[in-house]
Amino acid sequence: MSSLWTTLRNNLRQYMILLALLVIILAFQLMTNGTLLKPMNVSNLIFQNAYVVILAVGMLMCILTGGNIDLSVGSVVALVGACAGTFIITWGWNSHLSILLCLLIGLAIGVWQGFWIAYARIPAFIVTLAGMLVFRGLTLIVLGGLTLAPFPADFLAYSTGYIPDVFANLGLFGLRNSTSLLIGILVAIVYCVSQIRSWFWRKKKEYDVENPAILTLKMAIVSAAVIWLFYTLGAYRGVPKVLITVGIILIAYNYLTQQTVIGRHLYALGGNEKAARLSGVKTRKLLFLAYVNMAFLASIAGIVFAAQSIQVPPHDCMGGEVAVGDEHDAHCNQHLRYAAVGTEGVEEPDHGCRHDHDL
Amino acid sequence: MAKKLLEMHSITKEFPGVKALNNVNITVEEGEIHAIVGENGAGKSTLMNVLSGVYPYGSYTGDIYFDGQLCRFHNIKDSERLGIVIIHQELALVPYLSIGENMFLGNERQRRRGIVDWNETFQEAEEHLRVVGLEENPRTLVKDISVGKQQLVEIAKALAKDVRLLILDEPTSSLNEADSRKVLDLLLSLKRERGITSILISHKLNEVAYCADRITILRDGSTVETLDKYSDDVTEERIIRGMVGREMTERYPHRPKTIRSDVALEVKDWTVHHEIYTERKVVNGVSFKLHKGEVAGIYGLMGSGRSELALSIFGRAYGSRISGTLLKDGQPLELYSVPDAIAAGLIYVTEDRKESGLILGSSIMHNITLPRMEFVSNRGRIDRDLERKTANNYRETLGIKAPSVEQFVGNLSGGNQQKVLLAKWIYSKPDILLLDEPTRGVDVGAKFEIYQIINDLAKQGKAILFISSELPEILGMCDRIYVMNNGRIIAEFPQSEATQEGIMNCIMQHSKGEIGA
Repeated sequence: MSSLWTTLRNNLRQYMILLALLVIILAFQLMTNGTLLKPMNVSNLIFQNAYVVILAVGMLMCILTGGNIDLSVGSVVALVGACAGTFIITWGWNSHLSILLCLLIGLAIGVWQGFWIAYARIPAFIVTLAGMLVFRGLTLIVLGGLTLAPFPADFLAYSTGYIPDVFANLGLFGLRNSTSLLIGILVAIVYCVSQIRSWFWRKKKEYDVENPAILTLKMAIVSAAVIWLFYTLGAYRGVPKVLITVGIILIAYNYLTQQTVIGRHLYALGGNEKAARLSGVKTRKLLFLAYVNMAFLASIAGIVFAAQSIQVPPHDCMGGEVAVGDEHDAHCNQHLRYAAVGTEGVEEPDHGCRHDHDL
Repeated sequence: MAKKLLEMHSITKEFPGVKALNNVNITVEEGEIHAIVGENGAGKSTLMNVLSGVYPYGSYTGDIYFDGQLCRFHNIKDSERLGIVIIHQELALVPYLSIGENMFLGNERQRRRGIVDWNETFQEAEEHLRVVGLEENPRTLVKDISVGKQQLVEIAKALAKDVRLLILDEPTSSLNEADSRKVLDLLLSLKRERGITSILISHKLNEVAYCADRITILRDGSTVETLDKYSDDVTEERIIRGMVGREMTERYPHRPKTIRSDVALEVKDWTVHHEIYTERKVVNGVSFKLHKGEVAGIYGLMGSGRSELALSIFGRAYGSRISGTLLKDGQPLELYSVPDAIAAGLIYVTEDRKESGLILGSSIMHNITLPRMEFVSNRGRIDRDLERKTANNYRETLGIKAPSVEQFVGNLSGGNQQKVLLAKWIYSKPDILLLDEPTRGVDVGAKFEIYQIINDLAKQGKAILFISSELPEILGMCDRIYVMNNGRIIAEFPQSEATQEGIMNCIMQHSKGEIGA
């Protein structure tokens, strides 16, 4: 078991962050008398923070390029939300096409800012600070100071609401939504199978493989966490649709940073720009792409945020059992509904920015 | 004789594994210009760092007496209080502050505590600027004046601190001849008119001979001798003998004859201009050849343009307005970027591994595979197991001492870092290697191993350009030696004809021709 200890010690830094997260969760769980991990709250946390996670992923790329940040994300989120509102609500365009157009707007913003940062070599701080002011101003122009509401259902379908309960009335473990638990178990199984397959494949190729005990421990912890999360969501209304968007983004970008040449080059650029350049890394192109990507993800976050802000959960009027928690939930939704994409919505993403910093 | 201003007695300073200074004694008299000369690594800068308090009292042994008082400096402020001011080789001015602000940085003229008196500041700055002969408005930003003038600002800054002993570390290394002359004349006039004592550290022996009253020679961390301009027969030959006169023992592995007749790289009429001051030629019409299996040396002092030459060949990684032709195996080679150069099998190993060679916060494995990720990846996806296996191979063949390839490079010793740097570039499968100071900051044992690696590469038929400012190393390792000075190749010696004195003389003659002294 000595090798188990060595592995733990070598990865201490990585584990310390997880440990810190665990301590924070426990502390708030105690301070809130257990409200933190109540199914309804977990579900709300996912809804309310989905756009923050999406922004954080993009911000990670910017930070990797050498401690730069993108200050403009909050404004980009607001601008994209305002554009979506104008296209769909004011002009009555097709929701799906409007979303596509919004993503293109995001890309264009990224190309604009990336050009100044990577090729004109203006510090990212300055370019994105300017962007923050410009895009916020544009938001006000686009909306004309008005609040737009409500979005049609086909726009909301992407990022609000829950995955429908296919196995309604199954009542697995007395859950309201058994589908959620089944999805959780499926995700855990897929994870474990892929881990085990890669382990055997590497063993066959005579590469270094980790201690089976560690592998088992890792799989057990991850599976338990995943199943617990989906079980909790099942105890409320099921899996939020936005979790799929966030999940896909997290998996894709984890793959990008950990497994691909581009990801490695990003880390190299952040580690030592001069050394990276002299090793044949195309540093300018990478810097450019990091900011294009950031604005692209910010536009996704903008669409998610716009939909969240004025979401009208279809379940609200369904189901007889209205718990105390549900009343609170309804109140929250109401508040958000009126906030809409207007100026109040503009302020919100900046909180997101600060969160990212802490990450 | 004037009274002794500074005495340093049996100073010994050790770094882990190296004795940088061994029982050094030096005496500086009031009102003289005292030169300290020696090869790179002889301990000159270390000695000055001990004197100025950069290495605090207690981290060395020996005594320092200034003005008859025993001194124990704990930091630079302590030594500055007594009037010892050091001007480092890399200028320490803040580019976006004005000349006046720079001069009183950390030494601000104040009306009340904490409130800067700008009138006093700029008026006093103007006085000091007049003393150093610099006609600039003290409100001009430092970034807007030339390097030569910046050096004068440094001296004016020292004057503002009521300097008694001025230490200049290679003050002219980045200056052109006219500016160098100006700085040296200024030192002479400060001595004459204000009685300011200076210590001048320099590689340029003609400058030393021009203005120094006495010269102390350091070699391998010890004082060899102190020559007096007035009583000893001070010639450059005499100084050179003192600097390099050491026994050549078995410090270099045997170099077998591995040269093949075919030329791997030919550079013709290569000219490079400075990146920022684009009118300045850093490399001036250089032509040379590298054969397969050959180790050819370029010897030149700091600022001779050797690194700029290599960097500009390496996919134009340095310089502006580059002209000239490259031929690889007789075919013209057009390289416009670093990836171009790497793909063409031409690589450059930097002289500064920390600054521009390695990513210290990354693992050995990630550092090694960086230049050619395509060898360990498939359509953009990294095969991490193959990567680890590859890196382990290099760890074993080059003898990198580390528990695993996952180890962060920043945690390794200098010698092992240098081996990782070499591993990284050998991994990229080059035909031509431009090695810039491949043994800098590496202890003797690791040096020997690196020499062996270089010999092995030559045996495989690779063409190697070995750039160094250590003469013995160049003589011990190279089949042919080019001497570079002021952006030009001024001589070429086959190994059999090269001597330390010959090469040094060659540089001195050339510099003299340029300075017109």
